[in-house]
Amino acid sequence: MSPAWAIAVPLGGAALIAAAGARPNLRETVTLSTAALLLGVVASLVPEVLAGGHPSAVLAEVFPGIALRLEVEPLGMLFALIASGLWIVNSIYSIGYMRGNREQNQTRFYVCFALALAATMGVAFAGNLLTLFVFYELLTLSTYPLVTHSGKPEAIAGGRTYLGVLIGTSIAFLLLGILWTWQIAGTLEFAWGGILEGRASNAMTGLLLALYMFGIGKAALMPFHRWLPAAMVAPTPVSALLHAVAVVKAGVFSVVKVIVYVFGVDNLAGMHSVDWLPFAAGFTIVMASLVALRSDNLKRRLAYSTVSQLSYVVLAAALLTPISIVGAALHISAHALGKITLFFAAGAIYTAAHKTEVSQLAGIGRRMPWTMGAFAVGALSMIGLPPFAGFLSKWYILQAAMGTGQTVAVAVIVASTLLNAGYFLPIVYSAFFKTGPADEQGHGHGEAPLPILIAQTATAAGTVALFFFPGLFLGLADRLAGG
Amino acid sequence: MIAHHLPALQVVVPLLAAPLCVMLRGARAAWLIALGVSWAMFIVAGSLLARVLREGVISYALGSWEPPWGIEYRVDLLNAFVVVLVSLVGALVISYSRESVDHEVRREQHYLFYAAYLLCLAGLLGIAITGDAFNVFVFLEISSLSTYVLIALGRDRRALTASYQYLIMGTIGATFIVIGVGLLYLMTGTLNMHDLAQRLPAVEHTRPVLAALAFLTVGISLKLALFPLHLWLPNAYAFAPSVVTAFLAATATKVAVYLLLRFYFTVFGAPLVLGEMPLPEILLALSLAAMFAMSTVAIFQDDVKRMLAYSSVAQIGYITLGVSTGTAAGLTGTVVHLFNHGITKGSLFLLLGCMAMGMRRITLQHIRGIGRIMPLTTFGVVVGGLSLIGVPLTVGFVSKWYLVLGALERGWWWVAALILASSLLAVVYVWRIVEAAYFKAPGEQVAKLREAPLSMLVPAWVLVVATLYFGVDTRFTAGVAARVAELLLGGFR
Amino acid sequence: MTFTAHFNYWVAMALLTVGLYIVIARGNLVKKLVGLSIFQTSVYLLYISAGKIIGGTAPIIAEGLRVYSNPLPHVLILTAIVVGVATLALGLALVVRIKEAYGTIEEDEIHSQDEEP
Repeated sequence: MSPAWAIAVPLGGAALIAAAGARPNLRETVTLSTAALLLGVVASLVPEVLAGGHPSAVLAEVFPGIALRLEVEPLGMLFALIASGLWIVNSIYSIGYMRGNREQNQTRFYVCFALALAATMGVAFAGNLLTLFVFYELLTLSTYPLVTHSGKPEAIAGGRTYLGVLIGTSIAFLLLGILWTWQIAGTLEFAWGGILEGRASNAMTGLLLALYMFGIGKAALMPFHRWLPAAMVAPTPVSALLHAVAVVKAGVFSVVKVIVYVFGVDNLAGMHSVDWLPFAAGFTIVMASLVALRSDNLKRRLAYSTVSQLSYVVLAAALLTPISIVGAALHISAHALGKITLFFAAGAIYTAAHKTEVSQLAGIGRRMPWTMGAFAVGALSMIGLPPFAGFLSKWYILQAAMGTGQTVAVAVIVASTLLNAGYFLPIVYSAFFKTGPADEQGHGHGEAPLPILIAQTATAAGTVALFFFPGLFLGLADRLAGG
Repeated sequence: MIAHHLPALQVVVPLLAAPLCVMLRGARAAWLIALGVSWAMFIVAGSLLARVLREGVISYALGSWEPPWGIEYRVDLLNAFVVVLVSLVGALVISYSRESVDHEVRREQHYLFYAAYLLCLAGLLGIAITGDAFNVFVFLEISSLSTYVLIALGRDRRALTASYQYLIMGTIGATFIVIGVGLLYLMTGTLNMHDLAQRLPAVEHTRPVLAALAFLTVGISLKLALFPLHLWLPNAYAFAPSVVTAFLAATATKVAVYLLLRFYFTVFGAPLVLGEMPLPEILLALSLAAMFAMSTVAIFQDDVKRMLAYSSVAQIGYITLGVSTGTAAGLTGTVVHLFNHGITKGSLFLLLGCMAMGMRRITLQHIRGIGRIMPLTTFGVVVGGLSLIGVPLTVGFVSKWYLVLGALERGWWWVAALILASSLLAVVYVWRIVEAAYFKAPGEQVAKLREAPLSMLVPAWVLVVATLYFGVDTRFTAGVAARVAELLLGGFR
Repeated sequence: MTFTAHFNYWVAMALLTVGLYIVIARGNLVKKLVGLSIFQTSVYLLYISAGKIIGGTAPIIAEGLRVYSNPLPHVLILTAIVVGVATLALGLALVVRIKEAYGTIEEDEIHSQDEEP
């Protein structure tokens, strides 16, 4: 099947959702079936990719010699699987959340969501840098109405930061990097081993890498991370799927892709001008964790945790060994499952109890055992304990860091594990083992609506499942690292 | 038979239709004439371009007086492209104009409005198509004088002062052009551009020729509103009737840019202009100043039409920047941005015209919440705004791509970075519109509005769709532009 | 290269400068148009001077006349004069309308009226 269907399906879905806007039940059915159909399309591509094939499709030739072209390679396959699979779960969750909170403009919400997924698929399957850039920008634009969904002043301000940072970095740095690459390499096609090898000097490579790393603002490398906490004004399903999975993963995915397919791992390993990258990533990991530690707002804490976890992927890629690339690819999926569970739980708490601050959560675990159970699973996976997916990816990254003798990287991973434990465990502890203020006991609340529960249980289960059955993802990651 | 005379028809038909409008006097009749003529001119322009693509340069001796003695109409790829742009925008603008002009111009003035429009169209097409340097001046004045009339027809009394101001500055610019042409004639004894190009190398280092270059540069820069000679533009655009603003923004400055290219590359030749004179440096500095200063000024405008007018001056900076790079990619960027910016701004001003149906002035306060009341209009504005920023899949991205490549090709990596950085300023002013239109509660006045009639929406949306279509399929626009750039730079090789 | 040999050109340039100066320096809209006309007129002189050949006659074939003035600049300037007249007429028409709308033709007073609302 042509990978173009992966874009066409959600686009068509968006049109149908818009048409069905007046009838909510029909609209939600369309969303769910579009999501299921998309997963089917994506899954149908898996065997060919595992066998070493690269299904491709040309959408249009924009400039002479540069087409909008899709080409499925292992990393993109992995990313698309995660995003499209979680879209189904997230749609179920959205229905519970949006109805539970009586949100306005729900049709616009679902339409933009489908558009964002179409853009995500485009990013995942991009066959060259231009295609990647185009869908990267479309992803930003299609998620903007979701971020500003409520239309309140803080949402507009958040939207400004969101758009300002993402559009700003991508146009000022990423586009410049792409054009520069075109200028010196004469091609923008992704090719294993890189297209810049032997074409750019040491210093130029360092500069180009900086343009890419900071230009891909969605990877939230400090100091361009501010958009992510700002995006938390969005309804929780948006934060869950887009700002824990699709958008941010599009960022780190692009980072890995650029390092593997544009620069080439072996090519970069020989350059000293790129040695700063592990430090930049390490700095972001530690700093973001520290900020998370001090945030009382639950979603903000999760957002900073995401910033920190994203840099794990960048760090892993920056270690420039095959095993670290596997770690990076695995961490994309492991973090996606874990973090979406955490956000689902946060949204469940908001829907059922209307609580947003960490300090309000004492004793809530007894009233919402399923929610907080799922939260605990997500948190443990974030920290990197077995039997959860987070352990797996951290294991690979740590192994690579030790193998290359990067003591700084090792130290960063250890320190951040402690910090992760520091900001997640107290929440779990107080939810289950402390008692809340007496006055709230009277008008108690129960669990969140059923769709929410289903969704968060599914992703929590996925976190465990990925630990025990990583075969598919490992297979794809191995293909990526091995060429 | 007719096919042979197409270059002449391109100018003569609108020129003759104008007095016809005046004689008939009927508002509706005048509109119908303008409509028919405009579309006919688009067809003529299209077939001219097709013929140029097929057979190469068309030379037409007006009145059968052989060039270089008689006036020659000389159509090559560059001016065929410009003529297509002008006539396309003209046709769409006139299709749109009926309701808007009914609303904004007093009915007894309608026939004059359409007559002036036809004269303006004839003038602009004439500038583009003629191969005679003095003839350029004549057509320039035909288009300019009718433009002053069109601007003065605006509802606000400030339209009068804007028109007057433009008259003064436009006349100075045109006179500078005549002086330049005169000096060239003094030195070579010919006015035919093609002939000039052959005779100039013998005398190109004499002082009158260099003075001519200077006079022409300043004169044309005034007409194309190159910073800091842009002062006439913001008021003229802001207070002219919506239809006029759209038409001028999409065509008038573009034709002036064409004139600059024609004189620089065909008449003087790239080696003199870009190689020996310090013009690239001057143009570069002014272009960068325009891009940054004017975008910044645009950010602080509350009147949306003025904001977009300043944005136009900034965008002209991009166009001239491409010239200053002197590279094939940069010039491709210039030529393609002529077209791309033309259709983008054309669509934007037409859509603002839709909004103007319900309000006298379009300020950010007035358009609060209009996104819900006029969804199609507002969304079109957003698309146009994205194109101004240079978001991919819009034409603005295509232009920027080539301009940045041009700067990189020249080795000006810092210019490349500045081009991209300046687009971020566009994000700011475009987003001021977006936030006002979508996130503010509609006021009483806005709540009473309705979506614009289809007769206005359709032409405007044709341009909006074009901004998207040519952002993906660049075979026509960038393809022609690349060939034009090669043609213009031919002197280098 | 004597001054007198280029006398016409000197005058043309002087008129050019004077005209431009009036346009810039005067605030009265009619005076500006006067300046503009002087400015344009200087160009007529420039062209005509170039076409004149001392001792030349009108370009009509006649016995015994061998030196002709160049007629082309004259024709061109005829066009330019027409354009100049049109510009002046339009400019004056605008001034009349401005006077009706603002009650004044002084630039600074017009600006001060527009700033108020």
